[in-house]
Amino acid sequence: MSTIAHEKYEAVIGLEVHAQLLTESKAFAPVSTEFGGAPNTQVTPLCLGHPGTLPVLNENLVRYTIRMGLATDCKIAEKSIFARKNYFYPDLPKGYQISQYETPICYDGSIHIEMEDYDKTIGLTRIHMEEDAGKSIHDQDPTDTLVDLNRAGVPLIEIVSEPDIRTPQEAYAYLIKIKQIVQYLEICDGNMEEGSLRCDANVSVRLRGQEKFGTRTELKNMNSFRNVERAIQFEIERQIELIESGGEVVQQTLLWDPNKLETRQMRTKEEAHDYRYFPEPDIPPVIVGEEMLDEVRSELPEMPDVRLERFINELKLNEEDARTLTENRQLADYYEGVLQHLDDPKAVANLVMTEVLRVLNEESIDIRQFPIGTERLAELIALKKDDKINSSAMQQIFNHMLKNGDSAMDLAEEMNLLQVSDTGFIEPIIDDVIEQNPDEVKRFQDGKKQLIGFFIGQVMQRSKGKANPQQVREIITKKLN
Amino acid sequence: MSDFSSTQEQLKKGALTLPDLVENYLDRIEQKNPQINAYVSVDGDAARKEAEVIQKKIRNGSAGRLAGAVVGVKDVICEKGKVTSCASNILRNFESVYDATVIEKLRSEDAILLGRLNMDEFAMGSSSENTIYGPVRNPHDDSKVSGGSSGGSAAAVAGELCNIALGSDTGGSIRQPASYCGVVGVKPTYGRVSRHGLVAYASSFDCIGPLAHSVRDCAELLSTIAGFDPNDNTSSGLDVPDYASGLESSGTLRVGVPEEYFGEGLDDGVRKIVEDVIAQLEKDEKFNLVPIRIPHMKYSIATYYILATAEASSNLARYDGVRYGHRGDIDEVRKELRQEKEAIEDKIELADAAGKNDLIEEMAKVDSPLIRLYKKSRTEGFGREVKRRILLGTYVLSAGYYDAYYAKAQKVRRLIKQDFDTAFSKVDVIVSPTAPTPAFDIGSNIDDPIQMYLNDIYTTSANLAGNCGISVPAGTHPDGLPVGIQFMGDKYQESKILQAGYLVEQMLR
Repeated sequence: MSTIAHEKYEAVIGLEVHAQLLTESKAFAPVSTEFGGAPNTQVTPLCLGHPGTLPVLNENLVRYTIRMGLATDCKIAEKSIFARKNYFYPDLPKGYQISQYETPICYDGSIHIEMEDYDKTIGLTRIHMEEDAGKSIHDQDPTDTLVDLNRAGVPLIEIVSEPDIRTPQEAYAYLIKIKQIVQYLEICDGNMEEGSLRCDANVSVRLRGQEKFGTRTELKNMNSFRNVERAIQFEIERQIELIESGGEVVQQTLLWDPNKLETRQMRTKEEAHDYRYFPEPDIPPVIVGEEMLDEVRSELPEMPDVRLERFINELKLNEEDARTLTENRQLADYYEGVLQHLDDPKAVANLVMTEVLRVLNEESIDIRQFPIGTERLAELIALKKDDKINSSAMQQIFNHMLKNGDSAMDLAEEMNLLQVSDTGFIEPIIDDVIEQNPDEVKRFQDGKKQLIGFFIGQVMQRSKGKANPQQVREIITKKLN
Repeated sequence: MSDFSSTQEQLKKGALTLPDLVENYLDRIEQKNPQINAYVSVDGDAARKEAEVIQKKIRNGSAGRLAGAVVGVKDVICEKGKVTSCASNILRNFESVYDATVIEKLRSEDAILLGRLNMDEFAMGSSSENTIYGPVRNPHDDSKVSGGSSGGSAAAVAGELCNIALGSDTGGSIRQPASYCGVVGVKPTYGRVSRHGLVAYASSFDCIGPLAHSVRDCAELLSTIAGFDPNDNTSSGLDVPDYASGLESSGTLRVGVPEEYFGEGLDDGVRKIVEDVIAQLEKDEKFNLVPIRIPHMKYSIATYYILATAEASSNLARYDGVRYGHRGDIDEVRKELRQEKEAIEDKIELADAAGKNDLIEEMAKVDSPLIRLYKKSRTEGFGREVKRRILLGTYVLSAGYYDAYYAKAQKVRRLIKQDFDTAFSKVDVIVSPTAPTPAFDIGSNIDDPIQMYLNDIYTTSANLAGNCGISVPAGTHPDGLPVGIQFMGDKYQESKILQAGYLVEQMLR
């Protein structure tokens, strides 16, 4: 396809994101939501759709959803109702999903995204509460489909955007932002690969300048952030090519195939379900009063954009560092936890961004699993700051701290890495080095000043890293000039 | 007539023992039940054991307030380890894994649960003829129906096969059979009694309530089963009064007489009985009659059958044969599908080009085995009336029809509520016939659903409004059958309807 054809069109994209909430119990039943239990062990008669059972609303579902609503500038409905979405499927035990339809709890919000060369605000149509279905497992038995109902009734929120997104890259940035927000709010772990964050996309194209929307298709089964971007890209190109070659886009649901990197048809409009939504009679309307709003508001953490500004303006970090440190809440919390013990934002940022992040990447762990607590890390950085150790010693001690719980000071002593600034200890070593390297001394004195590094290195080696390199430099310079 | 309250006194005095009482009921069941067909199962051994235990408590003064209650339970209320079939083939062998809240409450007050009672399938019906167990017969005349859907409950009390029964009332299912069988039946306010463990028919209407020989017995039972339940978000947290102790309270009751409930379709004999009672009330200084209007009452049957069936179509979706209950034969399903496909293939071979395309489309529309299994399980599992209501309910919720039916019916429901709110600002209770006729012949209405639905004409409005209602025996029809009178009360005003019912009961004694 020619880029000229491409430029004639613009895409119109809306995303529907499902986020699985981290409540301890299910949306309507007092049973654990923990992932990974043996199949069909985390169920009550309600989860199995037994006769006579009634859903009992988990208040945390409401609170978590309001958190998301407040964090995305939504209006919060004073009164919202649950509705039943009716369809038959073996992993839907009641024959209906409890969701919200006409009156979502949150509406008219927005999410701010930053692209490389521009910023943009994406409107949110609504955020509503619902329950997850169970899991159909098609590949464990040669003939039968197996059903695990542990997930049936796990609370979800659905976040529906306005059709404000124009490029696959914006879609990607929007999703990453949602992930960041839900993680900050601690309402969802934001993992797309494991399905705790899921995304469907509505995609259409139209000629630039045209107001009317083109016919849209719905994309499903994009189980990673990159796949969302790729699938949308693919679909935009498919639609443009189709139109350019005289065809028409058909309204349909398409599945993304992550292996073949293409979409295929799932169902057409004619096959679309009639879900026969109606108000859920078993759950009274959800009333959100000022008191509850205030409570939830007071539970809200500082959100990433605000924190970023603060890191730049108050902690005087550069934007890139501030962005990295605020990308996820736990890392930012950790960083600020260290600052509590050592008020040196720059020094702490340096170590966190280099050594700590390196370990997290290498070990593929979360900062919450990182073995060095904030106080111990602060102590280590303080040793360096007070010139008690040098940087290479700091790194060695850091590596040891990962493996045991000793304090930085103890390790420094144990490993004999405490820096010695005592000239009585250093001077004889320097004298030895000068005496034993007459050639280098001559070249230095002839003007090859970069040889200073060589002398410092020699001294450091002989002092087993204990000498203060700054001091060594000063003494050598003095002696050789 | 051995009502529960006087039986309890006899037990306390030692004039009677609980094991003897239970034995008497078991004997009567053995004699009478084959004819009445009220019980679908009886657990005599468990009842005998319980009787021994509770008898000891009676002796040492530690028995609960329902000691001496020998209770039959409508087969729509879950009892752990017992078949809860709802008189449906789809749940014929289904055993509940938990107790309904009302069952727990009855047990904790030392009621004895004697057995499970026949009913219309999933509580859908007004005659207790829609049942896999065969129709319940009216103890007053075995050629007549018992009413429904709690026909087994009413007949068991009337036939003295238990002294109290639990029923459920979605559109009149406690009050109408109580009227037909000459017993007292109470439909509490929606939310007064927990629905947890009541198999849902129409969730915004369903209520569990008592049927018994006397208003006092109903009051005793209601005081026990009413109250907030954390397992039911629609249950009310309002305090539960001691209904029995309030029965004889003084003061006048303002009784509304709504003309809409005495219009066309009301049987002359029933009209005379009810009007006679009203005439007596008029003479009694404890009552003050006030003519009132419930203008939207005429829409109540239509409104009820739209909203209740809509909810039913969703509530009954869970009976799909996947996890429990009746499942169609999968081999038969596969065979059917193979034959259907082969038949189309044969036609394709003979068809011209245009015909071929149609046939290929037809082929694509053949059900998947899963869908066909659903269809087969549900076709075999549900009876005709249940299917009719599922279809009706599915239709009124469908895209394109929702606004014309469901949404409109919701609006009318609000208007009916407003009518009652207005009426109850002027009166304490509203009086009316319970049903337009006495019990009719078995088989006479079964093929005429509209006629059958009209049995609920005076009762559905209380369910639409969420109010409470009671049916009390008012007299005997010229053809020898009992006729009930209904008092309806405002939300959570059970005390008032019980009081009105009690006074009528005393007056007619």
